Order: sequence, then structure tokens, then C-alpha cells
Amino acid sequence: MSSRGAKVSSRTGVAFMTPAALLIGLFVVFPFFWIIAVSFSNRSLLGANALHPQFVGLKNYLDLFDPATFWGQGGFGPSLWLTIQFVVFSALCGQVLLGLVLAWISRELSPRAKSLLHGIVMLAWILPDVVVGFAWFAYLDRDAGTLNQLLRGLNFPAADFLIEHPFLTICMFNAWRGAAFSMMLFDAALQSIPPSYLETADVVGASSWQKLRDIVLPLIRGHIVTDLILITMWTFNVFTPFLLTAGGPSFESDILPIYTYRIAFKSFEFGKGAAIGVIVMLINLAFSLAYLRLAQRGLRKKGKAA
Amino acid sequence: MNRRKLVSRIVFSVCAALLGVAFALPLIWFVFAPFNAQADLDLALPKPPTLANFARVFANGAAVGALLNSLLQAFGTVLLVATTATLAAYALARTTLRGKRVIEYVLLLFSSVVSGSAAMVPIFLIVNALGLIDTQLAVILVFAGGLLPTAMFILRDFIASIPRGYEESALVAGASQWRAFVDVVVPVLRPGVTIAAVWAFVQVWGGFLIPFVLLRSEQRMPASVEIYSFYSQAGTPIVPLLAAYSVLYSLPVIALYWYVNRKYGFRFFGGIKS
Repeated sequence: MSSRGAKVSSRTGVAFMTPAALLIGLFVVFPFFWIIAVSFSNRSLLGANALHPQFVGLKNYLDLFDPATFWGQGGFGPSLWLTIQFVVFSALCGQVLLGLVLAWISRELSPRAKSLLHGIVMLAWILPDVVVGFAWFAYLDRDAGTLNQLLRGLNFPAADFLIEHPFLTICMFNAWRGAAFSMMLFDAALQSIPPSYLETADVVGASSWQKLRDIVLPLIRGHIVTDLILITMWTFNVFTPFLLTAGGPSFESDILPIYTYRIAFKSFEFGKGAAIGVIVMLINLAFSLAYLRLAQRGLRKKGKAA
Repeated sequence: MNRRKLVSRIVFSVCAALLGVAFALPLIWFVFAPFNAQADLDLALPKPPTLANFARVFANGAAVGALLNSLLQAFGTVLLVATTATLAAYALARTTLRGKRVIEYVLLLFSSVVSGSAAMVPIFLIVNALGLIDTQLAVILVFAGGLLPTAMFILRDFIASIPRGYEESALVAGASQWRAFVDVVVPVLRPGVTIAAVWAFVQVWGGFLIPFVLLRSEQRMPASVEIYSFYSQAGTPIVPLLAAYSVLYSLPVIALYWYVNRKYGFRFFGGIKS
């Protein structure tokens, strides 16, 4: 790099980076370390522990994993297990698969139909949280909602989805909300495949499924892995289902971000909330390290090819 | 062979139509309800279509104030992010500073590990310690910190594609490093800054958790939180107003995405959305 004569001195470089560094330091890096410190204290919002929190060692962590309450109603265990299922169903099966199907299907569409389909899917992705939250509230209404009207029209029984199937609902919601990212990523990936590969397969008479399985999937494996990791990380941290079910009823959709919010800002147990935050961040860390390793391997490969 | 192709074409079109409908269904209600003065949660054609709901929203001081708060918070954050990220990204792309790679690696790691939902406790405590709870400045600063790393990566890729000769010729002509940056780099960088700014704007505009945790008083709440004032005391929504308000609140985001998509096309800058 330096051999090509970079024109910014170290001093100017530092000066240019300082404002951003201050902001990131204060609101990204510092919280990371402070949350670890808070997780070892009995800090609360009000009372004596708010001003003079005491060091309580591993108490918050031991409380979380206390075998007596771990699997109890509204405990850490059910929330963690629910979050894992949420990621598997709504992100991996939902968003990634839907995104792949959408990208694959839209290859065969006319440009106008493709941009219409992409536009609709993108809309679900870009609208503000509270708007999609309310849209789904109306969509799922027991008596008048579009979905129940449709079900009745098709002679299926109507249901109060938010009450009767809260977990299924937030899974459907998250798959719908986030599929656009995977679709756009796979769309870009599919466009990078030389058309001649697929034309050759056509000549041999391969079916669409055979082309997908034998040619496309192996070629875009890298994109799939990237997508899986990013989608998993985002779904793991997503707070939006709170707007649909607020974690209820009776904790049936109590995924970790909602659980953290409830402990920290409803019960005001900051220490315990911080301990959950640390565990969530450690899981995030594992995913980002995996992602960075893959990204760097990809770069190195690209560098070799060039 | 030809017949098979036709069949597969039909299958694909039917699948595409079904998926499109499935994705559109939850939003179809929004096409009709805002223009129906008696809107309820059912799908009904407004007769007659009216703008009365929008008029009632605009007559509601708190609702308009919330939209203005959203604007203030979004513009404040965008301004802060765009300037500091451009400076920092330029430095990252062009200095000989040692440890640059380490900074980038750590930045990427922290930005993906520290999520709003995990870090809300310490962020609340930091803002509290700064005495900034219930201020719009707190919302702007916290958003800016969180969005900066990604904005920097977006911009760094743009700067890397600017030939160094541009600045070198300015420096040879006697310009200072600052002038070379302002007069040469910044103008060329406009598309990158636009994309980073739009992305940041949309994040703040739609952001719910951060203002929800950091603000207390109603007159400072952005639209994302204040939308709940369209619920009655019993917690049931005042449907016609909520529908109109949701549409108003969504328009800037749709317009900005449409603009960026048309002007620059959708690409993966740094591969990260939130």
C-alpha cells in the first residue's frame, strides 16, 4: 500500500479518524466493556443499588442458569430454546429458502414481472418496524383481518393467530420481513454464473431442479454460507416481534431480545439484563468470527485468481 | 422439449404469482384503509375514497410533532454520520498508518457483536451518566455511533475506487491535504455519501428500540414511538388515523429507496443492512 505513495500523513489520518472514533468508542466499544462490568453487579434503576451497585461476582450468571428456575415459566432456558427454534424456522428455513426460491424463480420472469415481484418483497423489508407491526396486527385480526377473511373464503377455520399460535406467527412474520435480503443476495449470485453453464444443461435436457442442484448450488455455496451467517445473526438479535406479541401470551414468543428487554426495563434488574446481553454478544461474536474468516478466505481466493 | 419448456414456464409464473400475492397480502389493507373514513381492520373499498383521515392526522399536534422529531433525529444523525464517516473512511483508505488493518478488523467485529438489543442496558447507563436521558441529542449520538462502522465501510469502498492521481495533482499544485480532501475527494465521493446517508436515514427513521428506551416525554418522541398515541386508553387502535399515519410515515423511506435504486441500482455495500 505505502509503496504506491499514500498521500495522507499519519497525523492527518489520526485527526480525520478522531470524531468517528470518539462516537464509536463511546457508544459501541465502551458499552461492550461496561456491559461486562454491569453483569457482575446488582445494579438496578432505583434504590440504593442504582447509586452504589455492589460487586456480586457470578451471581447474575448463576441465577440465569439456576437449575431450579432455568426451565421455569419466563426463564432463560425456554427463551434460549425458543430463540434457537426461531432462528432455524424463520431465518434458515424461512428467509434463506424463500430468498433462494424467489431469486431462482425470478430468473424466468419478464423484466417487468421480476421488478414487480422484487418490489413487493423489498417493500416488506424496507417499511419501518412499527408500520409492519401494525400491518400484521390488522392482517391477523380474529374477526376482520385479511388472512382470516381469506381462510373463511376457502372454508378453513379462522383463528386468533397472535393468541393461539404466537410462535408460528412471529416465525412467519420474520420470514416475510427479511426474505428480501437473501433474495437480492442470491439474485446477484445467480447473475454471476456464466449463462453458458445453464445453456449447456438445457441442451442436455436437464430439469430446472437438476440445474439448481448440480450447477447453481455448488457455484453459489459461498454466497449461501455468507447469507446463512448474516441472517442468523440478525434474526438472533431482532426485536421487532415485540411489536406483534410482546413475547406473550404466557411467554410463548419470548425470544432473547424481548427477554432481555423485560428483565432490564420491566423488572429493572440491570445486572441480570447485562448478563444476558453478555451471553448474546458472545454468541454474536462466534457468528461474526465465522463470517470474517469466510470473508477473508474469499478475498484471498479472489486475490489468487487475479 | 418445447412443450416441457412451456410447462416449466407456466409452473414458474404460477409460483411467482403465488409468492407475490403471499408477500403482498399483509400490506393490501394499507391500500384501502387510509382513504376510508370508517376504516376498520377488514378489507373494504372506501366509498367514497377520502383524504379526511390525513386531514385529521395533520390536525393532531402530537402526531405532526412526532414526524418533525423523526426528521430532526434522522437529519441530525445523517449529518453527523456522513461527515465523521467520510473523514474516517478517507483516512482508513489513504493513510499509511500502521495498525490500520487491526482497526478495521476490530471495528467490523464490534459493529456486528454489539447489537441494540444486547447493549441496551449499558447504552442507557452511559446516556444516563452523561445526563442526556430524554434528549434528542442522546438519540442522535447513539444512532450515529451504531451506524458509523457500516457507513465507514460503505464509503471506504467508494474512496478505494477513486484514482489517487486526483488528489496527487491537487497536492502538487500546492493545495493542503485538507483542501485536496474537500475540493477533490468530497465532490467525487457524492454517490457514496448519498448511499450511506440514505441508509443511515432509513435506519433512524424506522428505529424503535433506541428512542423507546432513551426518551421519556411525549413531545420528544419520534413517529416510531408516538404512533402508539393512536391507540385508545384501552389499547385498541384508532384504525383510520393509524392507517393514514402509517402511510405518511412510510412515504419518505419508500421514496428514498426508490430514488437510490433507480439512480445507483441495488448493490451490497459492505454486505450489511442493519
